[in-house]
Amino acid sequence: MLKVLLAQIKEYKADSIKTPILVMGEVVFDILIPFLMARLVDDGINKGDMQTTWLYAGFMLLCAIIALVLGGLSGKYAAAASCGFAKNLRDAEFRNIQNFAFEDMDKYSTGGLITRMTTDVTNLQMAYQMVIRVAVRTPFMMLASLFMIFSASARLGWIIVVILILLAFVIFGMMKLVHPIFMKMFKKYDKLNEFTQENISGIRAVKSFVREDYEIDHFDTTSKDIYNINKKAEKLLVLNQPVMQLAVYSSILLICWIGAQQVVEGSMQVGSLMSLFTYIMTLLMSLMMFSMVFIQIIMSMASARRVVDVITQVSSLQSPANGITTVKDGEVQFDHVSFNYAGDPADPYILEDVNVTIPSGSSFGILGATGSGKTSFVQLIPRLYDTTKGSVLVGGVDVRNYDLEDLRNNVAMVLQKNVLFSGSIIDNMRWGAEDATLDEIREACRLAQADEFIQKMPDKYDTYIEQGGSNVSGGQRQRLTIARALLKKPKILILDDSTSAVDTRTDQLIREAFQTKIPNTTRIIISQRVSSIQDSDMIMVLDEGRVAATGTHEELLKTCPIYRQTYEQQQKGGDFDEQ
Amino acid sequence: MNSNQNKGGLKRVFSLVWKNYRIQVVAVVCLILFSALANVLGSTFLQTLIDQYITPLSTQANPDFGSLLKAIAGMAGIYLAGILATWSWARLMVNISLGTLNDVREDLFSHMETLPISYFDTHAHGDIMSIYTNDTDTLRQLISQSAPQVLSSGAQIVFVLVSMFIMNWQLALVTVVMGGVMLYASRFISSRSGRYFREQQKQLGAVNGFIEEMMEGQRVVKVFTHEKKSVEDFDEVNDRLCDASTNANKFANILMPICMNIGYISYVLTALVGALFAINGMFGMTLGTIAAFLQLNRSFNNPIVQISQQVNAVVMAGAGAQRIFALLDTPSEVDKGIVTLVRAREENGHWVETQEYTGHWCWKHPRPNGETQLVELKGDVRFDDVNFGYTKKKQILHDISLFAKPGQKIAFVGATGAGKTTITNLINRFYDIQSGMITYDGIDIKLIKKDDLRHSLGIVLQDTNLFSGTIMDNIRFGKLDATDEECIAAAKLARADDFIRHLDHGYETVIEGSGDSLSQGQRQLIAIARAAVANPPVLILDEATSSIDTRTERLVQEGMDRLMKGRTTFVIAHRLSTIMNSDAIMVLDNGRIIERGDHDDLIEQKGTYYQLYTGKLEMD
Repeated sequence: MLKVLLAQIKEYKADSIKTPILVMGEVVFDILIPFLMARLVDDGINKGDMQTTWLYAGFMLLCAIIALVLGGLSGKYAAAASCGFAKNLRDAEFRNIQNFAFEDMDKYSTGGLITRMTTDVTNLQMAYQMVIRVAVRTPFMMLASLFMIFSASARLGWIIVVILILLAFVIFGMMKLVHPIFMKMFKKYDKLNEFTQENISGIRAVKSFVREDYEIDHFDTTSKDIYNINKKAEKLLVLNQPVMQLAVYSSILLICWIGAQQVVEGSMQVGSLMSLFTYIMTLLMSLMMFSMVFIQIIMSMASARRVVDVITQVSSLQSPANGITTVKDGEVQFDHVSFNYAGDPADPYILEDVNVTIPSGSSFGILGATGSGKTSFVQLIPRLYDTTKGSVLVGGVDVRNYDLEDLRNNVAMVLQKNVLFSGSIIDNMRWGAEDATLDEIREACRLAQADEFIQKMPDKYDTYIEQGGSNVSGGQRQRLTIARALLKKPKILILDDSTSAVDTRTDQLIREAFQTKIPNTTRIIISQRVSSIQDSDMIMVLDEGRVAATGTHEELLKTCPIYRQTYEQQQKGGDFDEQ
Repeated sequence: MNSNQNKGGLKRVFSLVWKNYRIQVVAVVCLILFSALANVLGSTFLQTLIDQYITPLSTQANPDFGSLLKAIAGMAGIYLAGILATWSWARLMVNISLGTLNDVREDLFSHMETLPISYFDTHAHGDIMSIYTNDTDTLRQLISQSAPQVLSSGAQIVFVLVSMFIMNWQLALVTVVMGGVMLYASRFISSRSGRYFREQQKQLGAVNGFIEEMMEGQRVVKVFTHEKKSVEDFDEVNDRLCDASTNANKFANILMPICMNIGYISYVLTALVGALFAINGMFGMTLGTIAAFLQLNRSFNNPIVQISQQVNAVVMAGAGAQRIFALLDTPSEVDKGIVTLVRAREENGHWVETQEYTGHWCWKHPRPNGETQLVELKGDVRFDDVNFGYTKKKQILHDISLFAKPGQKIAFVGATGAGKTTITNLINRFYDIQSGMITYDGIDIKLIKKDDLRHSLGIVLQDTNLFSGTIMDNIRFGKLDATDEECIAAAKLARADDFIRHLDHGYETVIEGSGDSLSQGQRQLIAIARAAVANPPVLILDEATSSIDTRTERLVQEGMDRLMKGRTTFVIAHRLSTIMNSDAIMVLDNGRIIERGDHDDLIEQKGTYYQLYTGKLEMD
């Protein structure tokens, strides 16, 4: 895991190395100051030597200034290194997600991926900065202080070591006790947040059923729970500061007692005694900070795991080396195709033994209930998933032999759950063809029956589409996404229930336009509405993953009961004209 | 958010704490002061140690350390008291901060539940949620960490200054001047870093937005082989965020080393000036005084660094508190209703109020003359010249008049934005009408207590909004005291029983996160069951727009039909097939009823309804 993360430091390696070196430099100069002060007291003040006093004071000032500069620089490099590291992590995640196959996308939720690229990366950025600065600084500071204490008085040094070990035991022991309590609390917290979130988005249901009091009771109970758990943890945590004070104060008193005796005996000078007070404070403060860094690193472990997951996810669909780049024509052939999302022949199939040939340039309709495998069927054509058994051929070639990008450039698919992106209509259309001219875009929109309503908008083709296309109606959005797909000039065009919100007349106009303007493109249309597919060259009825029947509208009315029932039922409330 | 408002927020937080924890707060303040005093006394003890013990003892041939031991024991006593004080105030602070946090959370939620629907319609849900998570968290930090830290540091600064000035005011000036320099430097850096942090926040928002949109549309990216382009676009926003956060962190990072090392410079200058005084015999400077001063100097600088670190946290907490109080200050839904719903039984042709369940309900209407009148709950709803707009500027509904007799089915059709869904907001008084009147069994709904009014209405909305919990819990949502049998009966009526039984855990299947594991149609069936268990005389059905497959749709339709039987029903239709058997169909256009009648009438009129019906007009 660590290796994956460290590999993302890349161009920020220099900054990452400079930081701890500068930090150590700062520590050395900081540590020198009390030492020089001791000399100033003993050799300067005590001997009444003005010149020595000035000399040592000058040295100390120099140390402080150098430490200031080094410390400042280390802060600067630490910022560059950690922010750069975070940038590279986000970039690595984003790049790899772009390689995800549909199958891989199913594994993660959108919200989950967003968290992994934002909050989790921020946590890692903080932890990284901590590691290269504080995690280097504090142990080094402790060692240096300890060295100075020992060189002043070995006896005191050993006593301090004992105190230090005891304190470390208490601090880390406390963390061990508190950590599981906090984990329990965070879980409860998540529950409470989820509950609150549901109440906000479901407020109409809450109010309609007059559930306010019950919801408030429930909230209060959970909130009280959190209060109690939190209190249990905090009760332990508040011991931290008094324990720390106990360590500091007892060290000071011990230095007073032992140090005074040593000074009187003559084995220590007053200046050294004074510097000991400073060192002991520095030492214990560093231990405190180190424990805090430790907590931060532990907390970021979960984030690290989530980020690494995304970076190391291997795409389950690979483009073949030297894949075929040209698609001959729009013929589609399913040869004994069975499929399930697990890709495991032992699991139940979504599609089972499908055999069908769609001639190039024909129109092909698909009808079936939810879960009958319609969407799965079409997703195999641009190789969004691989078949579990059998093969899919486009233009006479197995889709697995094509270069993935070239295959998908020739198969345009309008997804059931379709999305427009924030930007102008032109920006959105250019997803289909990056260098499309306005005339080409208008032509595609005319085919998709979108030109008319676009012309009525105040900014026409420059109209800004809000995120998710929320400022156009459902029917308009569907027509725009169809136009976008047309701009690819594909050999095969797939519409997955893409005209459900379009009125029946416009729907018909779109199909007629296809027939006359792009007759050589194979058109595959999935619909719940019989009227959308009844004039197709061939219609396939899917039932629980199997082909129930194929044929023209007239044939199916006679031979396929599912088709006939659906047709009749829709006729009841359907087109008045044909009744 | 300006600083004045922030201060207002902070002030209210403290008055809230003060109101509930008066005694504890006084105790905490005293204990903090004492603890700081003990710390400072310890530093001045050095002077005593050196000048009164070490120096004289050094001149004695056989030094007697007994008196020193006594002095150290005395100091140990003071320290011990200080430690106890620290532990006590920290422990008390746990009660205060967690208690306040719990109070604030509970107040927030219980107040939120009373807010009018308009609040939820006009505030982004993410923003409301952020009050519960981010803002209460900054509040916790303020109460449990920043406030005591600032108080303790402040007390320490004051005590140190006092003892310095008592010992030797000339030398004290050095520390004070350098303290000023440190304060200035930290404020300078903080304000710089604050500016860059705001920029970082902005760029972070941009990156979040970009990622959200791209992840949402990732499948489209794949289908259009747009991967390379979206990586390029991402790199652009990602780089901008990196620059902004590098700048922000740079300033935040250099604050500590700069303050600390200015502290060291102050320490050096104190030593130097002290040495000058001592060597030249000025101002009665002794070695002990210098030692004590050096220690005091450290005790003075550390709190300054700490306070400067807390400044940002305090400002953030102020802004958070402001948002918390903004929610708490939003006025609750007003309910001036006096008419209540009571159980009743019929006696000699009169309705009499009763406690036991009879299956009959009456509106209890207190009259101004002191009498109360009981009116049977039937489900007769009338609109009389109703005008409505969500804001005063834009009117949505114009002069709507209609009546629904008990058991009738009234349907609304029309294009997107015609005002169909708005009607569902008015009958149950999610919003109040501007003029005209809506009556329920002849009573103006403004006179009816909102809870009772809503109890008498069942609602199935487009957004089904299921809640985390079992399916049984979700059905019971409609009626709190419903037994399992009642819930199952309701599910059977709604045609939901079948699919629920086929789930692995049946009615005990746990739905998580608004029910993503169920299909749209299944969720709708549960929502119908939920309304069925409430068994109200009047129903409002807002059909789902998204397409469900024919079979499930038929189930949903059957469920709805069975639910509607014998109830007054308002249907907001998105498909015409479901409403052809309505008693009356209202065709809405721009907030006005332009056609009304039953299906056959309207087809005959060959107007808008006819066009919708024949697919010449799009409805959403």
